Amino acid sequence: MASKLIALIVIVLGVIAIAQLVRVYELSSKLRKRQEHEISTRDNDFNAKLMFVFLVLFYIGFIYLLVKYGYTGRGIAASVHGKDIDWLLDLNFFIIIGAFFLTNTLLFWFSYKYARKAGVKALYFPHNNKLEMLWTVVPAAVLAVIIILGLKSWNEITGAPDKETIRVELFSKQFDWTARYSGSDNVLGKFDYKLTTDKNELALVTTETIDSAIYVMENGPTGIKAIETKLNDRNIIFVPEDKEKMENDLYRKERLIRLLYQMKERHDAKADVRVWDDFIQKDTLFLCVNKEYEFNFRSKDVIHSAHFPYFRAQMNTVPGLTTRFKFIPDVTTKEMRKNKKDNKFNFILLCNKICGGSHYKMKMIVVVLPESEYKVWLKAKQKQTFKDMYFATAAAPVSPAAPADTLNVAVDAMAAPAN
Amino acid sequence: MSVATHETHGHHDAHGDHDHGHHEESFVSKYIFSQDHKMIGKQFLMTAIFMGVVAMLLSVLFRIQLAWPGESSNFLSFFLGEEWAPGGVLKEDMYLGIVTIHGTIMVFFLLTGGLSGTFSNILIPLQLGARDMASGFLNMLSYWFFLLSSVIMLISLFVESGPAMAGWTVYPPLSALPQAVSGSGTGMTLWLVSMTIFIASSLIGSLNYIVTVLNLRTKGMSMTRMPLTIWTFFVTAVLGVLSFPVLLSAALLLTMDRLAGTSFYLSDIIVGGEMLTNHGGSPILYQHLFWFLGHPEVYIVLLPALGLSSEIISTNSRKPIFGYRAMIGSILAIGFLSFIVWAHHMFITGMSPFLGSVFVFTTLLIAIPSAVKVFNYLTTLWKGSLVLTPAMLFAIGLVSSFISGGVTGIILADSALDITLHDTYFVVAHFHVVMGMSAVFGMFAGVYHWFPKMYGRMLNTRMGYAHFWLTLASAYGVFFPMHFVGIAGAPRRYYDFSVYGEFDAESFTMIMDLNVVITIFAIVGSIAQLIFLFNFFYSIFRGPVAPQNPWNSNTLEWTTPVEHIHGNWPGELPTVYRWPYDYSKPGAERDFIPQNVPLAEGEEEH
Repeated sequence: MASKLIALIVIVLGVIAIAQLVRVYELSSKLRKRQEHEISTRDNDFNAKLMFVFLVLFYIGFIYLLVKYGYTGRGIAASVHGKDIDWLLDLNFFIIIGAFFLTNTLLFWFSYKYARKAGVKALYFPHNNKLEMLWTVVPAAVLAVIIILGLKSWNEITGAPDKETIRVELFSKQFDWTARYSGSDNVLGKFDYKLTTDKNELALVTTETIDSAIYVMENGPTGIKAIETKLNDRNIIFVPEDKEKMENDLYRKERLIRLLYQMKERHDAKADVRVWDDFIQKDTLFLCVNKEYEFNFRSKDVIHSAHFPYFRAQMNTVPGLTTRFKFIPDVTTKEMRKNKKDNKFNFILLCNKICGGSHYKMKMIVVVLPESEYKVWLKAKQKQTFKDMYFATAAAPVSPAAPADTLNVAVDAMAAPAN
Repeated sequence: MSVATHETHGHHDAHGDHDHGHHEESFVSKYIFSQDHKMIGKQFLMTAIFMGVVAMLLSVLFRIQLAWPGESSNFLSFFLGEEWAPGGVLKEDMYLGIVTIHGTIMVFFLLTGGLSGTFSNILIPLQLGARDMASGFLNMLSYWFFLLSSVIMLISLFVESGPAMAGWTVYPPLSALPQAVSGSGTGMTLWLVSMTIFIASSLIGSLNYIVTVLNLRTKGMSMTRMPLTIWTFFVTAVLGVLSFPVLLSAALLLTMDRLAGTSFYLSDIIVGGEMLTNHGGSPILYQHLFWFLGHPEVYIVLLPALGLSSEIISTNSRKPIFGYRAMIGSILAIGFLSFIVWAHHMFITGMSPFLGSVFVFTTLLIAIPSAVKVFNYLTTLWKGSLVLTPAMLFAIGLVSSFISGGVTGIILADSALDITLHDTYFVVAHFHVVMGMSAVFGMFAGVYHWFPKMYGRMLNTRMGYAHFWLTLASAYGVFFPMHFVGIAGAPRRYYDFSVYGEFDAESFTMIMDLNVVITIFAIVGSIAQLIFLFNFFYSIFRGPVAPQNPWNSNTLEWTTPVEHIHGNWPGELPTVYRWPYDYSKPGAERDFIPQNVPLAEGEEEH
């Protein structure tokens, strides 16, 4: 408290001191008959010179930043389309930095050069159609080039993927990522958020998961029956708010259970195989170099954004909507480490849409493997399909940690040669 | 209100009493519930300055966290206390809250309410030769709604669960679900209430401006003799009237989703372990509605600043603004195009890529009228006789930041490039330079230039110079390094970039180093604003009395007497004979010819 008080006193005294200085300045101005609205030649020239000095310092600062940091954080693009983007980005930067230098130089140079001088009258020059035409047409022409090149890349990047593209789902929630690989059939099985249970975090649709979701909704610890029993228990006296809350919860669950029964009726058991061969991958996303991937993005709660800075790829994940983005990683983690001269470097998937307090921690390591190593990893994973894991946990709910462990081994094994 | 008492003193000092030969007004009707446009303009300015100081302080708070994450700071604990900064370290949630409110206040309260509210009010009647706004009462209402919404927004900073935390764009579902982040509870409700009132204020104000410009021009003041300031205020008001109601509808639907259980923006959500039954809504709908306002909003902020600087640059170059009609054309083109570019904020939200390419095209078109404006400013300076008043310096600064921020817009408008730069610090740098710096510089330029008209006194020029150079250097010092942080791919709205240490040492070092540089410049820049605040308030009371036309300007406001009177001109309204830019006209005696001077014999209009 004392320090705050002292701080306040210092501020107040400071303001008074400045006020006194200004008084002195005013009195001296009065003596010299200085008027605030008449800018003296001295002041005018001084500011004109500062315009020039600023221009020089401004450019020095900018060029320093450009040289030192222009490519530092970016690094090389690690995907095929990323290299196109980088080329286009460099071209665009070349154009805009040119325009930036040209116009800023003129601006500050004119401000310096044409500062008021005794006896020099300003030129009466209200308009000139030729000049105006010039700076309408030239920017339009430059922009046409920018637009055409930009849209060409955009159409390629957002176009339909190849038939052989590997489909991977990225599931986002506060505050982590989960990947689901489409498995041996390369088709991502269907999902419905209402099927989310502890055993089925990604809400995949199979005959068993529907039954299990219905069971949990009806008989689980906070299921419909439990709530009804509690509400009907005459020995409990509820706070009105609590009772209302429980009734709302019950109402909600009754609606959901009706939808679940509908789903059960309509479900075609033949589609189950599409789900069962999928496999789920947490913590680290493994990709094979030079293979095209199409990512399907999902969100459980709020909007997130899947941002792969080194692959120059980004797409929002939107609850209730599947979004897609495809790219071909063409640099392995090992190569990138060599390029960056950083043994601990890793590709990353970040969340880039504000999603809550721990937004900044929401990330997933991405590892790009050469094909041979990727196949080894894939073989191991194919023994941990959704079916295997689902029934394994159903029998003995122990092993969600197991896949993560094997992954760490894989990462370390991959990292070892680089060290 | 303190503003009111300041006013009283100022006027007593200046000329003893209020006897201007007009009807007597009570203290309340003159200073508080005033219907006089000049007083309302000053009320807007005072409120906006207060809000601006709050928002600037908030930015310093989160900049400290970004530069020295996790380190205890007395400054933080002084302002936020143990609740939001335990041990002097900012809490994650409050970081988002501060960022959100900083953005909201800056965009809406300072740069929309403050800039266009202040200068439209003061200058429209004065420069058009009108006695007052079309409706004095609605004008007053507009201010009081603005004040009310400001107060509610400030109150939201103090609620227990924190202010709105979903970013200034408040995208649902985050903003719709209190389970997702604590600020989406009461804080968000207050945000919506405040914005609703703000929109009402803006609408009332804008309608009034439009009607005044169309109907109350004095004799001879044709549309093509209006100063460019009025043109920009007029187009700004039209943009506001057309776009703000869309924001209101977006906010209304959001309120319904929050309170009435509707599903406009919500679908298939599980949050905080709770499975919601909402199905069929789309968060992208909100983004369309929001940016339908959001993009014109950028020009609502920018156009008045450009208008003010056109006037100031022409006056102080002692030259007519180059290409007056081209300038009007550019203003209209920018205004029109601003309505068909909104989805460039949404290239990677899952919107159809084809739709994206259409918006690339329309967005890049805006660069053409913007380029025309820049080159016209440059030609106006060329071979001028520049009087470097503080207002002129700020106007030149505005042109510089408009260029520097405008060119990076070309990169972001290109959807292919936006993929990798979307939501990074590059975007933050871009809009702070082009919208933040330019609009703030325009506002400062306006305050320095029209202060004599507003308060009848002069600001101290040398303090103005110090303020300008420190502000320019520190603003560029803050925002230039930010571009490089963004090019590295660093996301915005991150509480702590230390996470980079886990996967990329090089980027980590760069981002952390630049963050310290940025924060130091931000602090220097903030301190520099104290010079302005001191100069401003000191000069209101004790500045030297202003002459009638201190800058030798042509526009009509300088033909009114220094002391304010209700109705602006003591006698008849002036008649206009010429455009407002007859500076250094060959054959004329002096280097300026006010608009109310008839054409000399044989003289041609420009």
